[in-house]
Amino acid sequence: MSYDAAIIGAGHNGLVAACYLARAGLKVVVVEKNDWIGGAAVSRELHPGFTYSNCSYVCSLFRPEIMRDLELPKYGLQVLPYEGGAVFTRDGGYLAIFRDHDANRREFARYSPRDAEAYDRYSRDIMRHCRFIRPLLMRTPPDPATFRPRDLAELAWLGRKVGEMSESQICDMIRFWTMSISDFLDEYFESPVIKAYLAVSAIIGTALGPMSPGSAYVLLHHYMGDVDGNVGAWGFARGGMGAITQALTASLRASGGEVRTGKGVEQVLVRNGRAVGLRLDGGEEIVAKRVLSNMDVKRTFLKHVDRDELPPDFTRRVERFKTRGSSGKLNIALDAAPHFPALPEGAPMLKGDLHFTDSVERMERAYDDWKAGRFSRDPFQDTMMPTMIDPTMAPPGKHFMSCFIQYAPPKIDGRDWTDADRDAFGQTVIDQIAEYSPGFKDRVLHAEIRTPRELEAEVGLTEGNIFQGELTFDQLLFNRPVPGYAQYKTPIRDLWLCGSSAHPGGGVMGAPGRNAAAEILRDTRASTEMREAYAVV
Amino acid sequence: MQSFDAIVIGGGTNGMACAARLTKGGKRVLVLDAADRPGGAAVGGDPASGALQMPLAHLLMMLDPRVHAGMDLDQHGFSYAATDLTTTALSATGDHLVLEGPAGASVSGSLSDADRAAWATLRKRLLTYAEALVPFRALTPPRIARKAGNDMLGLAKIGLGLRRLGREEFREFLRLFLINVADFLEDDLTDDRLRGVLAFDAVLGSWLGPRSPNSLLVYLNRLAGEAAGTRAALALPKGGMGTVADAMARSTAASGVTLQSGARVERILIEDDRATGVVLTSGETYRAPTIVSAAGPKQTLLDLVGARHLDTGFVRRTRNIRSRGGAAKLHLALTARPDFRGADLATRLMIAPDINTVENAFNATKYGEVPERPVMEIVIPTAHEGTGTDDPHLLSAIVQFAPHDPRDGLDKARKQMLANTLNVLEDHAPGIGGLISERELLMPQDIEARYGMAGGNWHHGELSVEQMLFLRPFADVAQYSTPIAGLWLASAGSHPGGGISGAAGWNAAERILSGVAA
Repeated sequence: MSYDAAIIGAGHNGLVAACYLARAGLKVVVVEKNDWIGGAAVSRELHPGFTYSNCSYVCSLFRPEIMRDLELPKYGLQVLPYEGGAVFTRDGGYLAIFRDHDANRREFARYSPRDAEAYDRYSRDIMRHCRFIRPLLMRTPPDPATFRPRDLAELAWLGRKVGEMSESQICDMIRFWTMSISDFLDEYFESPVIKAYLAVSAIIGTALGPMSPGSAYVLLHHYMGDVDGNVGAWGFARGGMGAITQALTASLRASGGEVRTGKGVEQVLVRNGRAVGLRLDGGEEIVAKRVLSNMDVKRTFLKHVDRDELPPDFTRRVERFKTRGSSGKLNIALDAAPHFPALPEGAPMLKGDLHFTDSVERMERAYDDWKAGRFSRDPFQDTMMPTMIDPTMAPPGKHFMSCFIQYAPPKIDGRDWTDADRDAFGQTVIDQIAEYSPGFKDRVLHAEIRTPRELEAEVGLTEGNIFQGELTFDQLLFNRPVPGYAQYKTPIRDLWLCGSSAHPGGGVMGAPGRNAAAEILRDTRASTEMREAYAVV
Repeated sequence: MQSFDAIVIGGGTNGMACAARLTKGGKRVLVLDAADRPGGAAVGGDPASGALQMPLAHLLMMLDPRVHAGMDLDQHGFSYAATDLTTTALSATGDHLVLEGPAGASVSGSLSDADRAAWATLRKRLLTYAEALVPFRALTPPRIARKAGNDMLGLAKIGLGLRRLGREEFREFLRLFLINVADFLEDDLTDDRLRGVLAFDAVLGSWLGPRSPNSLLVYLNRLAGEAAGTRAALALPKGGMGTVADAMARSTAASGVTLQSGARVERILIEDDRATGVVLTSGETYRAPTIVSAAGPKQTLLDLVGARHLDTGFVRRTRNIRSRGGAAKLHLALTARPDFRGADLATRLMIAPDINTVENAFNATKYGEVPERPVMEIVIPTAHEGTGTDDPHLLSAIVQFAPHDPRDGLDKARKQMLANTLNVLEDHAPGIGGLISERELLMPQDIEARYGMAGGNWHHGELSVEQMLFLRPFADVAQYSTPIAGLWLASAGSHPGGGISGAAGWNAAERILSGVAA
């Protein structure tokens, strides 16, 4: 059986790419090693009656253009916006977070009237940076080292976009891109807990601390999302994050695409420098005119492509691509809603993110632990209960709790994680929650603990890096994943990257998959429908 | 009363360089310096500190060739005691690594062939990039706005210089531009001593750890400096760093600049939004149509000018200039020659055993704490000028990292920092503790008090990507002019930063003489 395109990995990006190609009339197949689809956007019943979003857990970055193009709502995707959340302070208080700017402002005033005032200025500035960068997500990065008309045109487009800003806005933007979030927040705010709350998005998933230069950009990366046109808002996918990949699968099947689960790819077949298909575990071969890999760049080239087929310089660069994992995850089934005495009875804050880290310093210290190859005894966690909004994920009265933990190193003291390490890590997280919620431990019915080791083993993310590669400037835009190969193409003709290792990087965004499909269609001239993905100036 | 065309506030390296250049351009210049002896960070503390009148700076590596030649420093008593100084990466076991030639052109010691080869390649790459950055140093930073009067031809040339690296090297430059120096080194080198000493050099004088992104660029900027005509080399003036300052003072005096010591400026006179003069703490007033401040930008704008003369947004930007000093300065008088396990004392001695030790030392500073195991750059000036074995020696060390705002208070932190520093020294030079006759440790706050550098940062503002070039000290004042007509900035807080260079002062003078309105 022969296909126009074979896609490795049924994660959201692989499925997005497949959908676009199938809609353009290509015959596609998606191959998934696990028995289930979804990659890191997955819903799984790991305890009877409970649906876990056991990897990614919130939805906002997913590009609305893609949702529209692929008619995902029609195929069952529903995003439920949620209220803000709360940061618990060590002195028994809390800072409430709201979706509404003015409500937030009033809450900030409780801590510092000056900060409440600064919040207006802060939001305005952040939104401006967001507005500049968002259009770049859905465009193939230009290669600044060539003189090809296409790259020059794209650079000129970028130049014009920059030129639309005033001089001081441009300078502010360059500063923002290169600064640490801690320094940036210090320019606006004085209250530690407010800064701790605002710094969160700058560290999630990244191997940077809030005091590392470049972390402010990561914040932007997380702010680019929107739910129903409400920029910067976050929501839950009804039924868990797997609802996204399930809707994508349904959309793909409706366009005639196939998904095959339960068998992984052993090798990308290369003949005369061209990818011609896949050999699956067990030896079965799939013939395809082109192959798209939704695996990260390291896994793709270092494990599934014959080294002799690759230029040595490229291989060396791939080996050096930084994929240090920094996050862990606890997925917990709760017998009943936990009680947090600090919060008023019936507080809406429980419907959003709960944080127990009330200063930037505590976050940074957790990062120091990561650098030293330890998980922190005082970790940062972004914890939420989607079941507060979405009753479909747990039996009535019971709750699913997702705890995202920062930081967890890819190795402990240079050696692999053991089960004992993993359990100690899980216990640390549960203890931290229990400090703020007496009786919490008694409500835990089941907990799945995931360290970078588990993320790598199950989802295939090298070193457990949730972005398929760290988000620092040396690995962003035209540098991602490898300079000269940032346009989804690889040194092997007809082998393409469509995962988060490619621009614009991680998060359940779908942009890399969509951009890769656009490049392929442009390459095959099969369709002119998506040309605007690259500037036509 | 004598009348002047320009008054320069501050008689440090930049102030004197600026005055010299202005004088060459035909201006009558008055330099006012608060200290008793001009030279700023290039001269020692007050004579009350006895034998330890050692300057803040202890090596030359950035001295601007325009300043060196333009001020005829060689004619005014300046010469080198050592050029192209060797660096010794000290090991606590005596297995030292010796880096000779500019930026470690050759390495001797127990280094693997693979590392030797890798370092040769890396070094070449670093110096190539540094060379491409050199023209920036002598430039008034361009403005970002179109039609801003930039020298487009000059800029295009520099841009082309980068592009001429070739496609692959240009790509590599763009990748490495904002990378952290630790990743850069760990990708190719395995030797801890070599990696440690390079990582330390990269973050010397900055508020970054080797694992902080952007740290490689700071290193490139340092490599773009030169000493005694050699790129990326280190040199030591004959007679100590103070002779640089003395030669500059003699040169300015010879060219007709009026230099007044012990004159502390209290405020800048502003009339009708125009700087018209300065008032000293003694009450004296001097007037001139051009006022140039070689005091730091924060001090100049917030203290000497005052917020009431400036826009709110401008004041906010000034306050936001980041100026955390992360370096302490250790001065020791020793009764005899110390023994760093056989290391040649007439080299630059480095205690930075590996990247993690440097990073850990930085970690503590982030929280206002004192590091357990600080890292340091040691210079023994007396070893370079022929002192015998049993003669007393002086030791000068830059010790990193020290908190600029210690949590436990300055005195406690200083005591702790000194104890920890001496512990590390003792490990590398057993018995050195018994040789100490006098000691002085300057914490960043002490440096601020003595030299007037905000936060004790010797660049008068952190040298970091977000405060470089047209963002230094911040965008509105990056071309040396200020919103107050007639007032100019010329300290290390302006492009291209400090390090006994004079470049900022020289650039500012060029800008003033170009006739652009302030």
